[in-house]
Parts: sequence; structure tokens; C-alpha cells
Amino acid sequence: MIESVLDIRNLSVSYATPRGTVQALRRINLKVPRAKVVGLVGESGCGKSTLISAVIRLMAENALVAAGEIRFLGQDMQYLSPPELRGIRGRDMSMVFQDPMTALNPVFTIGRQMVDIQYRDGVSKKAKAKRAADMLSLVGIPDAVSRLDNYPHHFSGGMCQRITIAMALLVQPKLLIADEPTTALDATLEVQIIRLLKELQADFQCAILFISHHLNVIAELCDFVGVMYAGELVEKGSVRDIFQRPAHPYTRALLECDPSVIEERTRFLPTIPGEIPSLIDLPEGCIFHDRCPKAEQVCTKTRPPEVSITEHHTALCHCLEV
Amino acid sequence: MNWTKQFFYRLYREPMGFFGMILVALVIVSALLAPFLTTHDHNALDIANRLAGPSADHWMGTDQLGRDVFSRVVMGSRIAVWVALVTVAMSLGIGLVLGMMAGYGPKWLDAALLLLFDTLRSFPTIMFALALVTVFGPSLQTVIIVIVATTFPVYGRMVRTQTQALCNNEFIVAEEAMGAGMMRVLGIHILPNIIGPLFIVASMDIPVVITIEAGLSFLGVGVRPPTPSWGSILNDGYAYIRNTPWIIIFGGLPLIVTTLGFTFLGESLRDIFDPKLRKDL
Amino acid sequence: MLFYLLKRIGLAVVIVVVAVILLYSMIHIVPGDPASVILGPRATPEMKQELHELMGLDRPFVVQVASFLGKVARGNLGMDFFSQRPVAQIVFKQLDETLVLVLASIGWAILLGIPLGCYSAVFRNTFSDKLVGIFSIGVIAVPSFVVALYSLLFFAVTLKWLPAIGAGEPGQYMDQLRHLILPAFAIGLGWVGYIARLVRASMLEVLNENHIRRARAFGLPEHMIVFQYALKLAILPTVTLLGTGIGRLISSALVSTVLFVLSTTISDSINAMLDPRVRERL
Repeated sequence: MIESVLDIRNLSVSYATPRGTVQALRRINLKVPRAKVVGLVGESGCGKSTLISAVIRLMAENALVAAGEIRFLGQDMQYLSPPELRGIRGRDMSMVFQDPMTALNPVFTIGRQMVDIQYRDGVSKKAKAKRAADMLSLVGIPDAVSRLDNYPHHFSGGMCQRITIAMALLVQPKLLIADEPTTALDATLEVQIIRLLKELQADFQCAILFISHHLNVIAELCDFVGVMYAGELVEKGSVRDIFQRPAHPYTRALLECDPSVIEERTRFLPTIPGEIPSLIDLPEGCIFHDRCPKAEQVCTKTRPPEVSITEHHTALCHCLEV
Repeated sequence: MNWTKQFFYRLYREPMGFFGMILVALVIVSALLAPFLTTHDHNALDIANRLAGPSADHWMGTDQLGRDVFSRVVMGSRIAVWVALVTVAMSLGIGLVLGMMAGYGPKWLDAALLLLFDTLRSFPTIMFALALVTVFGPSLQTVIIVIVATTFPVYGRMVRTQTQALCNNEFIVAEEAMGAGMMRVLGIHILPNIIGPLFIVASMDIPVVITIEAGLSFLGVGVRPPTPSWGSILNDGYAYIRNTPWIIIFGGLPLIVTTLGFTFLGESLRDIFDPKLRKDL
Repeated sequence: MLFYLLKRIGLAVVIVVVAVILLYSMIHIVPGDPASVILGPRATPEMKQELHELMGLDRPFVVQVASFLGKVARGNLGMDFFSQRPVAQIVFKQLDETLVLVLASIGWAILLGIPLGCYSAVFRNTFSDKLVGIFSIGVIAVPSFVVALYSLLFFAVTLKWLPAIGAGEPGQYMDQLRHLILPAFAIGLGWVGYIARLVRASMLEVLNENHIRRARAFGLPEHMIVFQYALKLAILPTVTLLGTGIGRLISSALVSTVLFVLSTTISDSINAMLDPRVRERL
């Protein structure tokens, strides 16, 4: 096995709400190998964002890690004190957020914000500003030195996302978490940002945990892919495994519904029939059984085991066709 | 029944609101039962016994004319509660009518009423009171006029804004298109929609109104002397602050109890009924 | 911005004019007579008549209003009837005392209110947050003249730490400062609660914003996040409200004096007005 930066074992997270306990994540096992890109894909509400908040330990106040462990560089994040966590965030682990326009503080210049995140380094402010400017040029912001004095509203959405990527890489993290960094951008910008991330990842040799619901983005960027459904990681494997030899019925359905792979001209885009089950009253058995075309008796009774198909390719299913 | 039960349960769960309710109940009971609670005639003079300290006979001592401070404080709650109820009700009524006229009526009327509201709001209460006292002489009526004149513009503005917002709603437009008259639109559709928040704001104005009345009476431009307003008790005590502090202490206490009680209760009511409503600043 | 300012000033002028007209018409419509209030019950009709002429009350209503407004526009606010000094002089003498008092009161209220609000927001829903909340509501609710009287009783009468009355010897700043403490305390206390509540509310809003989460994800120290990244944004609505609040306090003090002298009321009520301890509601 390749050495892992992040190793999530048997993780379950729940939210306490007035209507009951929402079991947002259940028994997640996921590894992010050093200098590799791991993509997580799934519909809205499948728990992708909960997973990354749990990883960076910035969870909602009503969230609770019910079981499992999150090992980052060998340490379990749950047992770290707030100062120890601060020592990890923004040094070994950094993050790019979904909405670039709100991810920067509107009343500080981007230079100030980029200098501030280097507060741990004992170099002069001038040196920090220089590093910030260099990083900005690297992510393709022209005239970087003078733009340090600009405020976030002086930049477009695509530019803001370049800036947040620059900030995330400025600290030279071992793991970069990207939470749907291109969802708020239009399609051409999306491609540019993904290419940029790919290039920079190769240069900086950092691992990336990349969240998206765009399959083609995942396919382009990632080495490994995890497919999430209703709080469970139903299938994971190399990008080839998932896109060419999908095993889990949900993964197959997801791939069939992706508009970019549909070849025939059709009036109706395909969908998966049925709805995501309630995460408060979980159904027995397989989480996908009521929408699954291949569901059998056993699927409604017992939770499927994690079945290994090849060394890194596993799926949660009773009736795998390999 | 179920609804009231739930209401009291929620109030009970908010310790602050519960505490406020107890204080308010205390004040209201004292106002209602004042004649039975007093130990002396609140206006009876006893010059021989003037400025006496608290004793078994005079629980809060006596003032410069030998009147029993406790009895005056108890009777003072009547004045305070009476002024609060009358002025808040009047301000609410006037503000409601003028505000709906401004919000629903023609543009020139709106502009004129807005100017009136803003002018009256810019009058400092004290100055307004002094000016009126010049003309009418100090009396309870003057106090009520002053408070109503400076309070109703706040309601008026609020009602106007809400009415205007509602008038743009589709159901009002539809109603008008079907030929509903002004009274029908205002009475059936607009009034019920704005009255709730207005009542909450009004309930939170009660302590403010009591403060103004006491303040005016303290300055000597409020109720006329023998009438025992808390403010005039403080005014009496102020002259003797050095040697007989109890008049000030006991005169200020009911004001603190009342304003805290009504404010705590009002805050909790607002949280229970309408967390989004913020007092118009 | 300039247009906005001009508009505000224009509106203020209109409001002053309407206020003057209202006051004059009040004097005219209602049955009382300012002259008899000033002169007291033993005044003869001749004396009243003389005073009327002196004050210009015998002229037609419109003429009175117009001539007063004309004088105001030329910077002449008339003479105060009792002290025989120009009103403008009284207004401005009082204004700088008022200004110092207002600024001192709000100043200490800001210094205490902002940290309290931040503290409450950071430790939201804890016991101490609730305590701060109850304290804030309490000090807003209690009338400031009661606070003034109690603190006078305690600090000036019982402990004899601070002077009870007056504004201090002119030129002796320490003395003036000592005289400032009690009134500034009484006026400012309610503002402490007001500011703390405002700051808490906007701070809570800002702390939930995306960029604060981003700052946390970069491991910025909590004091930097709260006191720099969040406070600078959270303070904006508070500053706006304080600005209008201070403006209202000062302008109403100014308008008060003008209207007050105009409506020729009793002189020692002026003193009561000037005396910060009793000026509970500007």
C-alpha cells in the first residue's frame, strides 16, 4: 500500500436536529495517498461536505463524530487540541472553498490576507508579500505585485478562485482539500481552473482531496475516485476502475445519467428513479436497495459488505457483477 | 386552552421572561389593589414626623411633608400603569390610522404625513414637554399629550412601511382588481397582518413610556404636585439627598422593578412570537 | 455621497421650519399665554401687554414665524428673555459642554460595549453570554436618571469620591474631569448595553460567513479572526447606528436650546436642562 497522507477509518458523523438524529456519514473508509488526487463524487446532500468538515475539524455545532478515526499524517484529528489543530490547518492542510466570491474577507486587501496566512513564518512582511505575489503570478494573475493592494471585489469570480488556490498552495500543504472549487464558475473557467490545479499539483507534489459532482472534472483530475451515496462510500477505486469498470449499480446509474456521456439525441435526460432515503430513519439493508434495478431479497435485509474487486477497487454491494 | 398552556410553558422555560412576568404582575397587582395596600393616606401631611427614616409605622420613611413614602410609592404604580396604558393605546390608534393613510393613500398625503412623523420624532421629548407646560401648565394631560405626540410617529412610520409592502402583494392587487373598497382592503387584509408585530413593539414601549412620565415628573413638568408619581417622589427626595437618602432609594426602586419587568417580559415575548422582529431603531 | 448629504441637510432644514411653525401655532391656538407664565400670577395686564410687544407676540402669526426664521437664517437666534444674552451665545456655550459630555458618555460605552458584544458572540449561548445579555437589556431598560440618582447617592453622597453638581472650575481639567464622571456614567450605561447587543448580533452574523470559515481553515489564531477579520465587518452596522445616535443626541441638544428659548419657558428649567444629571432623555 502506498503511504497515506489522510486515512479515514470507519467514520460515522451525525447531526442532532429537532426532528431527530441525521446520520449524515456512515462507516466511511478512505485513504488519500501522498501526492495523489482523490476525487469524491455524489449528488448534493450525500455527505461530501460533511466529510471534509470532519477532516478539517470545522464542523457545524450540532455535528458529532459518532465513531471512527481520521488519521492525518499519522495523528488522529479527533484527539488534537484546538492549538494543535490550528498548527495543522494552513500548514500541512489547506482548503479551497466552493464560492470564491465569499471566501475572501471583503474588507481586507488580498495582500493582507495572503500575508496573514503566513503568520507562522519568521520572515519579514516584505518577504511574505513577495512570496504572495510570486504565488499570484503562478496561478495566472497578471501584474501580481500591484494587485496585492486590491480588495476581493476588484476581482472576478474566476480570479478570486485563482487567488484562493494561490493562498491554499502558498502554505505548501501536504493535503489540499478542494470543496467543489469550480461549481460556482462557468464552464470555460472550470476547465481553466482544473488544468491549473493539475499543473500546480504536479509542481507542488501535494495530495488533493477533491469534491465535485461533475463527473468529467473528476475524470480529468483525479487518480482515485470515491462514489458517495446517502452518507456511504459505495464504491472506490482508480479513475479507470470507476469510469471503465464501474461495479456498484449506483455508480453505473450515475455514469449513465451524465449528460456528457449520452450519445443519442434525446428529449429526456435519464434519471435514477426514486428518491434519496431519509437519513433520520434509515432503511434496513443496502442504502440503495429501493432504487436499485438489481435488488434482491438479501439487499433489503442486511447491509452489504465491502467487497474487493481488485487491489484498490472496492464496492458495497451484495450482487456484484465483475 | 392548549395554546395558552403552551404559551405559559414557553415563558416558563425562559427564566428572564418568567422573572419579568413576576415583576410585571407585582406592579399590576399593586396598581389594582393600591387603596387596600397602602398603610396611610398617601396625601396626609404629618409635619411633626417629616423626613423620618424607615420604621415599623412608615416602612419607607416619610418625605419633607411627613407623607408616608410607602403609600405614595404604591399609589404611584397607579399613575404609572394608567399613563402607560392610555398613551400606548392612543399612540397605537393614531399611528395605525395615520400610518395606513400614508401607506395606502395618495403620494402627497404620504409625503405630508412622513414630514409630520419626522418632525415630531425630531422633537426632543423634554423640550416638547417644557414647551407644552408653558402653555397648559403641568398636568397629567400634558404628560399624556407629550408622550403620545412623540410616540405615535414611530408607530405611524412602521405601519406605513408595512402597509406599503403589503399593498404590493399580489393578493391585495387581485382584491383591488376585483373592486374591493379601501375600507375592505385596509380592514380585512392589511390590519390583521400588521397588528401582531405592532402589539409587540407597543408592549416594549410600555417601560419607555413609564420612564418618560417619571422623567417629566422628576423635572417638575409632569403630574401636579400632590399626585404621587414616582418621578415626583424622586423630585421631592432629590432636595434631601444628603441627609435622607431613603426617599430616593425607595422612589427609584419601583421604577427599576417596573422597567426591568416589562422589558424582560417584552423581550421574551418577542423571542417567542417573532424572533425576526427587531425594534425599529 | 454629496447629493445624499445635501438631501439630508435639506430635510433637516425643512424639519426645523415645520417644528418652529408647529411651536408657534401651538402658542397661538391653545388658551395659555407665555407672558403670564413668565411673569407669574401677580402680573398686571399692562405688564403682559408690554412683554407681548417685547417678544413680538402681538404681531400676526405668519409674521412672527417668518421673522424668526429670517433671523435664524442670518445667524441671529434672538435674545434670551431672562438672561438678556444672545441665544446663540447660550446655545454654543452649552453646546461644547454638551459635546464633551456626549462624547465622553458614548466613548466609555464604546470601550466597554464592543468587547462585551464580542465576548458574548464568541461564547454564544453560554452562561456568561446570557449574563451579558441580561445585563445589556437591564441597563437599557432602567431610566438613566434613576441610574444618575443612585450613583450620585452612592459615589457623591455616601462615599464622597466625586462631586455632586456643577461642571468644574473652568481651566482646571482634572476638576472638570471629576465632574464629568458621574453624568457620563449615567448617560453612557444604557449605551453600553445597546452597543453590546448590536455588536453581538452583527458579530454572530459575520462569524457565520464563509470567509471566516476560510480563515479558520488556514489556522489563523482565534484572536486575529475575531478582533480583526470579523470585528472590522461586524462593527460597520454599529458605527452607522452610533453615528446617527450621536448625531441625534447632539442635534437634539442644539435644537432643544433653540426651540426652548424660542418658546420662552422658565429659566431654571433651562438650568435643569443644562444640568446633565437631569437630562435623561435628549
